[in-house]
Amino acid sequence: MSSVRVLVGTRKGAFILSADGKRENWDVSGPHFAGWEMYHLKGSPVDPNRIYASQSSSWSGQIMQRSNDGGKSWETVGNKFVYEGVPGTHQWYDGTPHPWEFKRVWHLEPSLTDPDKVYAGVEDAALFLSNDGAHTWQEFSGLRQHGSGPHWQPGAGGMCLHSIIQDPSNPDRMFIAISAAGAFRTDDAGKTWRPINRGLRSQFIPDPTAEVGHCVHHIAMHSSRPNVLFMQKHWDVMRTDNAGDSWQEISGNLPTDFGFAIDVHAHEPETIYVAPIKSDSEHFVPDGKLRVFRSRTGGNEWEALTKGLPQADCYVNVLRDAMAVDSLDKCGVYFGTTGGQVYASADAGDTWAPIVRDFPAVLSVEVQTLP
Amino acid sequence: MIRVELPPHLRGLAHISGEVELDVQGVATQRSVVDALEARYPMLRGAIRDHITQKRRPFLRFFACGEDLSHELPDAPLPDSVASGAEPLLIVGAIAGG
Repeated sequence: MSSVRVLVGTRKGAFILSADGKRENWDVSGPHFAGWEMYHLKGSPVDPNRIYASQSSSWSGQIMQRSNDGGKSWETVGNKFVYEGVPGTHQWYDGTPHPWEFKRVWHLEPSLTDPDKVYAGVEDAALFLSNDGAHTWQEFSGLRQHGSGPHWQPGAGGMCLHSIIQDPSNPDRMFIAISAAGAFRTDDAGKTWRPINRGLRSQFIPDPTAEVGHCVHHIAMHSSRPNVLFMQKHWDVMRTDNAGDSWQEISGNLPTDFGFAIDVHAHEPETIYVAPIKSDSEHFVPDGKLRVFRSRTGGNEWEALTKGLPQADCYVNVLRDAMAVDSLDKCGVYFGTTGGQVYASADAGDTWAPIVRDFPAVLSVEVQTLP
Repeated sequence: MIRVELPPHLRGLAHISGEVELDVQGVATQRSVVDALEARYPMLRGAIRDHITQKRRPFLRFFACGEDLSHELPDAPLPDSVASGAEPLLIVGAIAGG
């Protein structure tokens, strides 16, 4: 019988939640790396027992961990992230030049084909690759050295590269997103990059339709349709049907189109999920109700999913990497909150139940579907 | 023999308990002690000093014999009592964060 393993990164450690295919009874393992900020954990799609984890703290910087046995044991691997060449400057919050400085790894994306190959999205924004199981890292400097780089500015959470999406049909193509520079695409395996932000509109920047400067919060793709991307922007939910050449807004009837998380149903590429947040100044769900919204039409028409979720006095946030789907039938949907709850739905969002209620603030949620 | 005491989060990272005892070649300095520490526990590389600048991380400090040595030069000799092993070098995490 299939099973699932949910990898949860929190402000104070990592947890692994396991269940069989019914997804009713859960085993909780952790905290792993207690006391450390665990920004992201993700397993290799080729070898599910290979898990990479980003561990950091204000005291001791970035640490990288790797497991070869599904999270039972861990080994420390390479944490040396060095920008290629002279790093140069980007813009600081006040518009003055600021040197590029490595702070932490926000997102890890294991290769679709090689368990020893893994990408890391870091703050200050850059993309790194390891070909040796995370022992050593090399930068894709063509991204940071894109001509627009000196004009990139950090979002409120820092200038992080948080989304990395590999095109399963084209190994030379990859998408990334940076807060607050925007989305970029490579068509030559990372050597060169171009902004893919046409159609985005951001009122808070001097030119609302600028080529770069958009605060993209997260991007999701269904593996069967690699030219279709869904985006949760600072404000606005967007989609592209041409690999980012142009975007259209699909916010439709959402109660607010601010938010962080977005994901796609494992078997229905036009079914998408978001967790609307009230506003950029009030980072909690609107009206005290924790609601996931689902569109079965690729956007614009959204339904609130509330069964099993608190519908009064709830003021949590769902961060950008804190939503994931499994590939069982029915598709499981998972998300974590800044209030420390991890919710699961074993029926594509129709009903929900908490797996845990009292974790530290959840930074990331990933799911592995195991045979 | 040099004695070093690490903060709890670094003891956990290095899978050690209690003090670390190190043999340091040459003069005992902050640099030579941390070099020896990192050689024995490679997982601590980058966690006490920045990989690139080799500067002490700002939220970690070095104390010994009741003195704050954090702003001493990295190649300055440590106190004799640390070099002799009579006193430990304390690597301390700042109490920060409210």
